[in-house]
Amino acid sequence: MSANLLLVVLFLPLAGFLAALFLPRTSPDASRRWALAVSLFTFVASLGLLVWFDRNAGGEQLSIDVPWIASPNIHFAISVNGVSLWLVLLSTLLSPICVLISWRSIRTRAKEFYAFLLLLEFGLIGVFLAQDLFLFYVFWEVSLVPMYFLIGIWGHDRRIYAAVKFFLYTMAGSVLMLAAIVYLYIRAHTFSYAAILDQLSSGVLRLGAEEQMLLFLGFFVAFAIKVPLFPLHTWLPDAHVEAPVAGSVMLASVMLKMGTYGILHFCLPLFPSAARRSAGWIAALAIIGIVYGALVAMVQPNMKKLVAYSSVSHLGFVVLGIFSFTQQGLDGAVYQMLNHGISTGALFVFVGLLYERRHSLEIADYGGVASAAPWLSTAFLVTTLASIGLPTLNNFVGEFLVLQGAAIAHFPWAVWASLGVILSACYMLWLYQRVFYGVAGEEVKSRLSDLRPREWAAVAPLLVMMLWMGVYSGSFLPPVSKVTAQVLAQADVNVPYRVAARPRAEVARAR
Amino acid sequence: MPVEVVMTGFMSGDLVRFLPEIVLTAMATLLMVLDPLLGKRRPSAFGHLSLAALVAGIAGAALADAHGGLAFGGMLRVDGFATFFRVLVMGVGILTVLPSYSFLKRQQAEAGEFHALLLFSIAGQCMMAAANDLIVIFIGLEISSIASYVLAGYLRDDHRSSEAALKYFLLGSFATAFFLYGVAVVYGCTGTINLTTVHALLASSGSTEGMLLGAAAALMFVGLGFKVSAAPFQMWAPDVYQGAPSPVSAFLSAGPKAAAFAVFLRIFMTAFAPLGRAWEPLMWLAALASMTIGNFAALRQTNLKRMLAYSSIAHAGYVLVALRARSQAGVAATMFYLAAYAFMNIGAFAVVSHISGRGEKRQSIDDLAGLGQTQPFTAAMLGVFLLSLIGVPPTAGFFGKFYIFKAALESHLVWLTVLGLLNSAVAAYYYLRLLVAMYFRDPADGAGPVEPLTPAFRVALLLPAVGTLALGLFPSWVLDFASKSAALLK
Repeated sequence: MSANLLLVVLFLPLAGFLAALFLPRTSPDASRRWALAVSLFTFVASLGLLVWFDRNAGGEQLSIDVPWIASPNIHFAISVNGVSLWLVLLSTLLSPICVLISWRSIRTRAKEFYAFLLLLEFGLIGVFLAQDLFLFYVFWEVSLVPMYFLIGIWGHDRRIYAAVKFFLYTMAGSVLMLAAIVYLYIRAHTFSYAAILDQLSSGVLRLGAEEQMLLFLGFFVAFAIKVPLFPLHTWLPDAHVEAPVAGSVMLASVMLKMGTYGILHFCLPLFPSAARRSAGWIAALAIIGIVYGALVAMVQPNMKKLVAYSSVSHLGFVVLGIFSFTQQGLDGAVYQMLNHGISTGALFVFVGLLYERRHSLEIADYGGVASAAPWLSTAFLVTTLASIGLPTLNNFVGEFLVLQGAAIAHFPWAVWASLGVILSACYMLWLYQRVFYGVAGEEVKSRLSDLRPREWAAVAPLLVMMLWMGVYSGSFLPPVSKVTAQVLAQADVNVPYRVAARPRAEVARAR
Repeated sequence: MPVEVVMTGFMSGDLVRFLPEIVLTAMATLLMVLDPLLGKRRPSAFGHLSLAALVAGIAGAALADAHGGLAFGGMLRVDGFATFFRVLVMGVGILTVLPSYSFLKRQQAEAGEFHALLLFSIAGQCMMAAANDLIVIFIGLEISSIASYVLAGYLRDDHRSSEAALKYFLLGSFATAFFLYGVAVVYGCTGTINLTTVHALLASSGSTEGMLLGAAAALMFVGLGFKVSAAPFQMWAPDVYQGAPSPVSAFLSAGPKAAAFAVFLRIFMTAFAPLGRAWEPLMWLAALASMTIGNFAALRQTNLKRMLAYSSIAHAGYVLVALRARSQAGVAATMFYLAAYAFMNIGAFAVVSHISGRGEKRQSIDDLAGLGQTQPFTAAMLGVFLLSLIGVPPTAGFFGKFYIFKAALESHLVWLTVLGLLNSAVAAYYYLRLLVAMYFRDPADGAGPVEPLTPAFRVALLLPAVGTLALGLFPSWVLDFASKSAALLK
């Protein structure tokens, strides 16, 4: 029963997508209601996972493993662990929200829009659940297609450029990952992630240093493009700015997490020594991303672009936390993945709501919104404060843990990274000041109405989550810590080149 | 050193093993006779009859497979491998005939001739698939080629079509001559044209005539390389595919190509396997050159058929990667890929034939603009074919590429794999252009509406799309058979 629930959560959106194709084109409301029903039902089903998931036991749970293709041996193997559980819940929570916020903004070809949204949800959930490397790749690519269409059809002026750039970037990275997956299969004779890990830890499968590094890079580049890690981030601002609001939300909140999840779930345990050897330059890129993203965000005249660059900065924290190779760092990284999903998702929702009213993304077109729409302003303020890491709101916990982990690993990293925290306060508060304070212009006064009930329904859950995750991380972190502790342990076994990975001073001391 | 070929005499079993060719030839001849009788009154009857012949041919191939073995004194070898390719080329025939109903009607060119030529060509390809003798291969190649030269020029009032036919004929016969020259050299060196005997001689003697046989292999490589449009023998493909009627282009890109690859496998994996070290580098280069030239040239095309022609060159390159892997997995991957390619490419050409309209005037990418709104069904089908050509799971094209590059990695072809995969990322760009036009742009003003879909044409599009997805979701159906047949090829 409990494992079947996982199937329900995964396949409900797919079934919804297929059924949506047969809805009448002439009645967009039917598609909207259908998408809302399916995504809500999926969310409720995914809440059931919380009931069945044993928080005290670590490891993969609720596994399903059915042979799919006999030769080469590919299994339909899915399961959920303490990290993917939250990421799945994040996807299922945001999907109905995306339906709600698109209710009025998507008027043309609504049927296809909602169908693609459901297909996207299917792909994203699949990525987080897949335990067979091949299956993982399939879901990875499946999630790419609907996003491409969401950007390309319903996006803004430069949507075609952005959609194609998004597709090609991801494709270029993922073909290398495919090569690495196939190579791994040839060495291990299986695509099963668990089996490969077993072989690695028992020493049956030993990868040479160079081999491991190339495989690591094959995976890592694909993930780093998705994260996106500086300097592979250039597709992100384009995609975000051009995408429709729901596309931006799903992209920022969930899709980027595919990359960081992949690094955590695959790169570290599979290629521990290569990951440790690369930690230095990857952390450096992450820190450059944190500072660079924040600085560029500060000078953006366009709200969406500002939030997009802030994503580059925030995701830098996640990568830094992962490559600190400390318990705190990894916990913080995962927590930050969820936080970013909630708060940046909310920021995009608000930007979307503003755009729906004023039809502009330029900051200069706003000012004085607070007097015209007080509730909207308050909600935006809470999100802003969450985003800049105010204590008692969610991002504080994640950033604190990441910085702590980075400080343990290498103190200067923490110093540089904390620059990002300061800068985030600058650009976000400045944004808030310019948009919401000041004298309201004619346009703003006449057009900016306050939140409607449907919009409250979309926004309220996110605000609640910000507070909950900020005040009581105990609801979320324990299962995460179990997984990250395991990842750390796996990242320690079978490291034949551990000496090289250790700081030089430590090696000297050992002698 | 002459080798005795034991003549077993003419037996009824031989006829069963030759059943598909017999059925197709008989029907083709019948169609030519019926042409003046039925011609004006019931033109669609020709299509029905050729479909019936193709289905019967597939049944015949299955029957022949049940009585597998050598036929006509070792000239034919009916095994799983032959059956696979026979069914494949006849399946290609079915997929070609289905969209040709409305195409021929639109061009006002319905005649029995078209179908008769198609069946002759397929009969030749069936023979190539089952041939175990260089002369039989050559005869099959000629039957297939001559019929397809005529098919390329089928719309005789269209000067592009005539130009395509002439070009195809001149270059094609040149290539066939190369092949025949190679056959002659093989005969001169070994005294036999039977592939099994050639293999035995080469394996045992340690190639006493190494140089000459190497030259023979190279000559045959040129001939077959032309037929599969592998670089550097790809020059003809863009002009011919662009000029030929769309259903014929679809057929050329799948049928003769598959048969030529079957011959490639038979000759280079069995008879000339002992000379592997000599032809492997050639194959490596040809694979890389085909992929690169095909993909990069396709980037710049604006004509749909020309773009698909370059893409077809690139796809021949992928298949050559599998051939270069020179393993059982490589053979199976080749077979799977050709089946997958048949579905997706014929489907794509069928959509092109639909939108190009009367006289095939509309062939540019811009003519696809807004198809997602004006004809969502057609656009969705082309979308499936394009995603498969890009290699996005879960489609046949993805699994095809996956098997090919897996076989290549198993044979330690790391560089070829990486370059091939990067190539397929480049290829995504030009396929995406079509998706962009269909879905992201609005219908152009002034362009007349695309013709409404007939129910029959709906089926003609749906069938390859279902095939593309089915091979993507359940690749084992075909792959298991391909792997078993590949094991037989020794």
